[in-house]
Amino acid sequence: MFRRFISLIFFFVLIQITVPAQSFFVQLFHTVGEKKLQLDSGKYFNQLNQPFTISKFKYYISNICITNSSGKIIKSDQSFLIDEEEEGSKKIILPGVPKDNYRSIEFIVGVDSLHNCSGAQSGALDPLNGMYWAWNTGYIFLKLEGKSPQSTLPAKIFEYHIGGYKFPNNCIRKIVLPLQSQTCSTIIINVDIAKMLSIPVPVDFAKYGSITDSKNSALIANNYATMFSVLKQE
Amino acid sequence: MLKSVYIILILLAVVAVFNSFISDNLELKIPKGFPAPVYNFKNNQLSTTIFELGRKLFYDPILSKDSTISCASCHQPFAAFAHIDHALSHGINGKIGTRNVPALQNLIWNKTFMWDGGVTNLENQPLNPITHPAEMNETLAGVITKLQSSRQYQSGFKNAYNDTIISSAKILKALAQFTGLLISANSKYDRFAAGKEKFSEAEKNGLGLFNSKCANCHPAPLFTDNSYRNNGVAPDTFLNDIGRGKITQLASDDYTFKVPGLRNVELTFPYMHDGRYKRLRDVIEHYATPGKYNSNADKSLRKIGHLTDKEKKDIIAFLLTLTDKDFVTDKKFTDPHN
Repeated sequence: MFRRFISLIFFFVLIQITVPAQSFFVQLFHTVGEKKLQLDSGKYFNQLNQPFTISKFKYYISNICITNSSGKIIKSDQSFLIDEEEEGSKKIILPGVPKDNYRSIEFIVGVDSLHNCSGAQSGALDPLNGMYWAWNTGYIFLKLEGKSPQSTLPAKIFEYHIGGYKFPNNCIRKIVLPLQSQTCSTIIINVDIAKMLSIPVPVDFAKYGSITDSKNSALIANNYATMFSVLKQE
Repeated sequence: MLKSVYIILILLAVVAVFNSFISDNLELKIPKGFPAPVYNFKNNQLSTTIFELGRKLFYDPILSKDSTISCASCHQPFAAFAHIDHALSHGINGKIGTRNVPALQNLIWNKTFMWDGGVTNLENQPLNPITHPAEMNETLAGVITKLQSSRQYQSGFKNAYNDTIISSAKILKALAQFTGLLISANSKYDRFAAGKEKFSEAEKNGLGLFNSKCANCHPAPLFTDNSYRNNGVAPDTFLNDIGRGKITQLASDDYTFKVPGLRNVELTFPYMHDGRYKRLRDVIEHYATPGKYNSNADKSLRKIGHLTDKEKKDIIAFLLTLTDKDFVTDKKFTDPHN
């Protein structure tokens, strides 16, 4: 009897180890309009017909929150650093979140005020990642860098480092994306830099060579709030 | 048989008592009359080995690009961790900064750091001097690489964190343990307030004047209200430092700076955010000359009004009672590399 009991426990433990808990995936797909984003080599035009290339595209997605069809909400308070240069970073894994019929996905672009003031942190929020301002403490939410002949800066670069969680330059933007009614465990989100450079306000590279933590950062933040859309659910 | 059990029990008890003596736990003692600290080490459990690691880092020029400048280069223990006799400090390659080095004391009661309050957490403060081109001009990645290749630090981090990985968070938390425990609360004023020591007539008179004219912005026990104010000095046209305004982007904050705590003020000369005044009497003279204030000076300065020569001397006599000799000579806080 006892032996059978032990082997039963052993059996359950084995199942726990070998069958991984379900995971949910949020995949980011970076484009510039119709074209796939290609760092340095891809050539694009903005709405003002100014040619440009992109050398860096990095941003934070935090506090992901998904709601299923019966209204149950699953929240994560983690921050994820998405970097075009690191393929793996574009696939967010939410462990323990089951396959289900989800109504919507919400998240913020940036890092919430609590995590901006929480002292030395590690992982995605490690200041080593180069997404941190030391002199005016806080995370850089998004970095877009590139070149355009219209830029008036040396080497024709443009550089948008957007961040700040305090009034009046709060650049945290909440994104809410409705989902199709279907069971899924992966959401593929299109992130369109063309929208970030045009909707609602077209960005003129001649006028805005460099934007870093200033009044103009809200302009870019309002634009990056429009760049997300759901591409596919699987 | 029973006897050997007793012996074992006694041995165990001795070991337990011994262990409690060599325990690694450091304790934060809040001085009497001080408020609850803003930074309470809740996410940075105090321990002797981490504190000692922080102390070592604080005094080590390895944090700077060319290993010439340490935190202590500009934060000297005998000056309450300010930079004695330097209006503005020189960092790497003789470059000069734009603001006077503040004292490092009672930092865990600070809501923000820097003259402009741009830093909101004690742990993040060291990122500024480490990466500033006129201070240490190093990167965090550079610091980590250097520490990883140092045998001393390999074992220092292992002892402190029980783990050989050296990360930015571990470096910053260790520095926060050292700087956070720099607590000054044993000046003559503190002993007077506790009824253990008497003040001279001049000191007593100075305390009265201080309370009526200065304590609005510099209230005991920390001698700062942690606010940002325009203290009436004319902006330096060369530096043109707008202070808090640069952080908040609000015009109303332009040219305001954090009210500094006045403990050990005798040792932290020169004074003001740009170190423009060499002596305490220059500072008192400034505040007692309302005609020379700039037009945006904080309104509370008007309370000070005219001071007689004797009143000025008495206020200084009181300010000198804020010197804490035990703090500035404390062996726990001196250079461990010596």
